[in-house]
Amino acid sequence: MVGIRNTWANRVSERGMLYLFLLPTFVLLLFLVIFPLIWSLYLSFCQYSANAANPPIFVGIRNFSFIFQQKEIWDRFAVTGKFVAMAVVVEFFLGFFIAMLLNREFYGKGVLTTLFILPMMFSPAVIGKFFRFMMDTNWGIINYILGKLFGIPKIAWTTSYEYALPSIVVADVWIWTPFIVLLSLAGLSSVPKYLYEAADVDRASGWFKFRYITLPYVAPILLLAVLFRTMDAFRFFDLVYVITEGGPGYSTQIIPFYIYKLAFSYWHTGQSCALAYVLLIIIIALSNIYITYLNRLRRT
Amino acid sequence: MNEFQRRQVKNRIIVVILVGMLCVYLFPIYWMFSTATKTKLDAFSLPPKWVWRPQIENFRNVFYVGAGGALGRVKGIEVKPKPSAFLRQLGNSIIVSFVSTLLATFLGALSGYVFSRMRVRGKDDLLFVILSSRMLPPVVIAIPLVMMYRALGLFDTLFGLIIMYTVFNLAFAVWMMRSFVDDIPIEYEEAALVDGYSRFQAFFKFIFPEMRVGMVATAIFSLIMTWNEFTFSLLLTGERARTAVPSIAHSLGTAGVNWGHIAAGSFLMVLPVVVFTFLLGGNLIRGFTFGAIKE
Repeated sequence: MVGIRNTWANRVSERGMLYLFLLPTFVLLLFLVIFPLIWSLYLSFCQYSANAANPPIFVGIRNFSFIFQQKEIWDRFAVTGKFVAMAVVVEFFLGFFIAMLLNREFYGKGVLTTLFILPMMFSPAVIGKFFRFMMDTNWGIINYILGKLFGIPKIAWTTSYEYALPSIVVADVWIWTPFIVLLSLAGLSSVPKYLYEAADVDRASGWFKFRYITLPYVAPILLLAVLFRTMDAFRFFDLVYVITEGGPGYSTQIIPFYIYKLAFSYWHTGQSCALAYVLLIIIIALSNIYITYLNRLRRT
Repeated sequence: MNEFQRRQVKNRIIVVILVGMLCVYLFPIYWMFSTATKTKLDAFSLPPKWVWRPQIENFRNVFYVGAGGALGRVKGIEVKPKPSAFLRQLGNSIIVSFVSTLLATFLGALSGYVFSRMRVRGKDDLLFVILSSRMLPPVVIAIPLVMMYRALGLFDTLFGLIIMYTVFNLAFAVWMMRSFVDDIPIEYEEAALVDGYSRFQAFFKFIFPEMRVGMVATAIFSLIMTWNEFTFSLLLTGERARTAVPSIAHSLGTAGVNWGHIAAGSFLMVLPVVVFTFLLGGNLIRGFTFGAIKE
């Protein structure tokens, strides 16, 4: 016992341990997240270009009022909304359908499920790049297969106004449907078996069982999934970057991509920070709901 | 047929349908592999060649410049292949992923323990701030960060990228590890405290080893996410510290797009992820819900 007591490690108090353990995490957060955010908040009130020699000039809320007066910004919000709506609806039905099929006992279930999950583990930028190859109008495999099987004439996927956004949706659906599958499976397996057995005794219809037993258990988790996917559409622009580069025109410029453009192509640093803050508020609102839901799930 | 047999048959049919769907679904990965192992001519031929002789030209060309047809002697001068930029970028990806994962997992384990077991003032708010940092759009944070990195000389350095990814993974690691510590019986520590160990000693001697399963799962997740990350690497690096993903997005920096090379590079990025995903197994759902849903 002497060995335990006479060391410095034995004299570390609980308070001391708490600070010691949390300090590195919060120092890193302070240095790399909180401080940059404060700086960009300041810049969002300034006229400033990061590649010019002039220092930032304080202009009040001019950047914000400028942003909200521009029609193009609202168009880009509309593009983002359209993208989220299309992608999430398809992913939702497809993912839930696959999960319903997977939700039974059979040999090799684990492997099959993991194989279905795989696409969401890959890098969207890499996958998107390859989808662009497969979606080529003339020698892409997708047009070839569509033509052979269904006689559909060649589609200008990534380069036409009508199909540019859908082609990003296609790649997004391929990558993120597994997310809905995964969460739906978790929801489905949380339904107690005896409820179905009781319903069988009462000769309840399949629809009744789905509506009044399955859905109530799965709904909160599915809401989580939809929320998360919505947030993702406001966070990442990998797919847009590699598939259409925002074009043609700005028909596929979702908000995060536009911020990237504003900041690093046009060098309107002040404006980009202002728009980034607008986005930040949207994200914080969404993640607030999300985390509240997570905590509620954790407790049950 | 009775009820039981009917269910059995129905199950069989559904499994067959599922396997069929899976084949269609994973077709792009098959196509990636096939494009990577075909000759340039075969890769673009329509109707596609379903039978071809696999060859490793593309992989060699992705790794070595001048390793193509000009290998050996050209006009009497020996041509030695040089390692390509992509080989270095792949190396960067490996270094950055492993180092930031180790750091994030370790620091996350410490903080996760504190948040699971100890009383912290404003715990819920702190946890919210931590997870919010994870939810931030990378581009939002990247704008000031690029200026900051340039000012501090961290721009285009592996170190700069590593600390950014550490923070990026840390939020995830804290939440994950907290949920894993929740699963460890509190009696472990109580027994140790009775024996005269301090809380600090008890943690390293008894709890930390119990957390290894959780740490492995957390680490694999972080590893995959860092390996795949695009935005920070795109914005915080230039020539030297660039990782593989943005390089593939930029067609491996080659003039003109060589899809055989891109397919080969992409396949190399995808393959380790497949292995790691299978290692994760039952922890997938836990990871994607930050530890909230356990299987």
